[in-house]
Amino acid sequence: MSAGYQAPKSFLDNHGKSSGAAAWILSTDHKRIGILYLCSMLTFFSVAVVIGLLMRIELIAAGKTIMEAKTYNAFFTVHGMIMIFLFIIPGIPAAFGNFIMPIQIGAKDVAFPRLNLLSWWLYISGGLIAVLSLFTGGGAPDTGWTFYAPYSIRTGTNVSLAVFAAFVLGFSSILTGLNFVTTIHRMRAPGMTWFRMPLFPWSLYATGWVQIVATPVLAITLLLLIFERSFGVGFFDPAKGGDPILFEHLFWIYSHPAVYIMILPAMGVISEIVPVFARKGIFGYKAIVLSSLSIAGVGYLVWGHHMFTSGMSDTSRWIFSLLTFIVAVPSGVKVFNWVSSLYKGSIDVRPPFLYVMAFIFLFSIGGLTGLINGALSTNIHIHGTYFIVGHFHYVMFGGTGIAFFGALHFWFPKMFGRMYSEKIARVAVALLFIGLNTLYFPMLVLGWQGMPRRYYDYLPQFQPLNVISTIGSWIVAAALIIMFTNLIRSLFKGEKAAGNPWDGTTLEWTVSSPPPHENFEEGPVITHGPYQRT
Amino acid sequence: MMNTISDTAARVDSAFLFITGISVALLVLVTALMLFFVFRYSRKRHPEPVEVEGNLTLEIVWTAIPSIIVLAMFYVGFTGFQFMRTPPGDAMTVKAVARMWSWVFEYENGAKSDVLKVPIGRPVKLAITSEDVLHGLFIPAFRVKEDAVPGMTTKLWFTANETGSYDLFCTEYCGQGHSAMITKTEVMKQEDFDKWYASYKAEGEESKGLQILTEKGCIGCHSTDGSKKIGPTLKGIWGRKEAVVTNGTEREITVDEEYLKKSLLEPNADIVKGYPAIMPPQKGALTEQEIGALVDYLKKLK
Repeated sequence: MSAGYQAPKSFLDNHGKSSGAAAWILSTDHKRIGILYLCSMLTFFSVAVVIGLLMRIELIAAGKTIMEAKTYNAFFTVHGMIMIFLFIIPGIPAAFGNFIMPIQIGAKDVAFPRLNLLSWWLYISGGLIAVLSLFTGGGAPDTGWTFYAPYSIRTGTNVSLAVFAAFVLGFSSILTGLNFVTTIHRMRAPGMTWFRMPLFPWSLYATGWVQIVATPVLAITLLLLIFERSFGVGFFDPAKGGDPILFEHLFWIYSHPAVYIMILPAMGVISEIVPVFARKGIFGYKAIVLSSLSIAGVGYLVWGHHMFTSGMSDTSRWIFSLLTFIVAVPSGVKVFNWVSSLYKGSIDVRPPFLYVMAFIFLFSIGGLTGLINGALSTNIHIHGTYFIVGHFHYVMFGGTGIAFFGALHFWFPKMFGRMYSEKIARVAVALLFIGLNTLYFPMLVLGWQGMPRRYYDYLPQFQPLNVISTIGSWIVAAALIIMFTNLIRSLFKGEKAAGNPWDGTTLEWTVSSPPPHENFEEGPVITHGPYQRT
Repeated sequence: MMNTISDTAARVDSAFLFITGISVALLVLVTALMLFFVFRYSRKRHPEPVEVEGNLTLEIVWTAIPSIIVLAMFYVGFTGFQFMRTPPGDAMTVKAVARMWSWVFEYENGAKSDVLKVPIGRPVKLAITSEDVLHGLFIPAFRVKEDAVPGMTTKLWFTANETGSYDLFCTEYCGQGHSAMITKTEVMKQEDFDKWYASYKAEGEESKGLQILTEKGCIGCHSTDGSKKIGPTLKGIWGRKEAVVTNGTEREITVDEEYLKKSLLEPNADIVKGYPAIMPPQKGALTEQEIGALVDYLKKLK
């Protein structure tokens, strides 16, 4: 290094032309946009967590505990809408995909930086419209996040505005998918062939295609619903010659692939963390890539498994059941490969790796309970019960949520240039693991015993397990408070982090922490696979 | 530990045990291997990693074996399902009609009941429909469920093998009273069932009011025994002093014939304090005669 050399300013110090808040909300830097998303999503997430905690308090005893049925019904609708449309779907891609993926493939930014900023604006507008829908018109929607007709057409609550919010959020998702797919096709560093690309961009690539192809179906469905509510057109209301099952089909044609929008990036994160802390390459790189692509492909064809008791024909029921079992296989392949990657490694159990271990266990429960849902005869019993609630929370929180927080702990030093207390982080993840199981496992049992979901009140035989579940929700809340206190404190007081604190091999670890505005001083040239140690 | 309450329950439980057994084994295997590797190859015990890039044979094995396992699971679920979807030809058909937030079961002789009464040992086929939004008919003890869809008739069937009273829930969210849309399946001895079935027509005018309350779904929200449901109880309603809210102002009224009629035709004009304004108006749904019968019945319901 020559004497006059000055390291480029980090992106956090580079305000561009604006200053203050404008330097964030008008920035087209993918790293700033990633952090914008991260902060806005965590805000919405916290609101939905509080709503979830209040619902669990209501369910601690039969009858009215703290709220009326009307409030409870609005709560589970809003909890679902926020968690799904404002946290889990944008989730890992919008926050970590935006920040990390362009650096991982050796690019200066995404392919369309302005479109990227527009996506965030659409996201925050959609979020604000959703919030507005709670306090205007007939009040917060009470349909469940699935908006099933004809109830969603007849209820006097503010369904139309809430649905419009989801419509706007859908466009944010489509544009992000489009941006990432283009970026990955066009902007990889010289020498980075497809099979030299890290697995996180691979998972975002598969996700991007699902976002582009599936989300327009949601947009159409939601528009039809708005037309039906506003003008009484009669697409879905049998009183006007419509078909409520048609709505279910249209809704799940998007919303099942959306499940893979939620989980594929999480799998990508796990595939990044494992090789770093095992200090060796990932086992079966190509198998993991192929399984991501086949999940994204077959995932379009299994929506009907949400409708096994809907009145749809028996023929379509068994076809969807068969396809559902087929899509289970690639997920299993991934789990086997992650575990095998640990074989003969040199494993350092740091906080991000603890999240991986929690993920493998919790996601396995989520996936395996999915087999009970997928089989026709058992599905009939547990359909629409708390078994489903337990199952998808294991997948969504135990899977995607845990991977999200794993990613946060993994890339935190890179994003903010500071280290958090590892000791406190360990306490938080352990508590979170215990809390999630205490919260969700009783739900599986309750569902098998027959307790339906979306239940404001229940019969006395269901109380003991509901009490345990509510206690679990408090453990989860404690874990989250500890985790966020630790991270927020470290933003200001944490030790300065080195460029490569975990000894990682992918490109984001070759630049300083936090990265400079343009990511690389000199564009990297790739000569080997992503996890190869020289 | 074969489930003997109904044939359908036995099929579902055996499939459940099969899938859960394999799932628990897989979960234990994956978790144990992970923990073992983390322990055995910790940085302390194994400071120098050995590169293992992959193994094609292993990939093929752990794609093929799980594929076979899940196909077996599919098959087990499929055969049970076929059984559950094929009611025997001699099944007794009962029509189940859902509305917000009650069930009415109609029998071939015209008998109607808000509780599903069935004889033991005889296949019963339910022909299910809904008068308003989606509902789901679920009898957990028999492991059967099917949605009630307005505009179409769906089906399920079961044979109950033990007498008793079993919960019947709604499993498709249907609004404010969803979690109160609960009734029972009463499995009766054949002779008890026959007696009830035959007695239906004989009861005559006296119970006409109760019959209307049942058929129109009123008792989904209004109890006749003083217990609190979504709406006020009908027990002792005649002559009761009630605090009601009319156009936002509170006043006290005494329940008389005029008030009862108005509450049926325009239920949201006067709302009993502390209750939600959600009852659908019955204008057009009830004839003059039926209203008269209802009022007569409510006068006597002490």
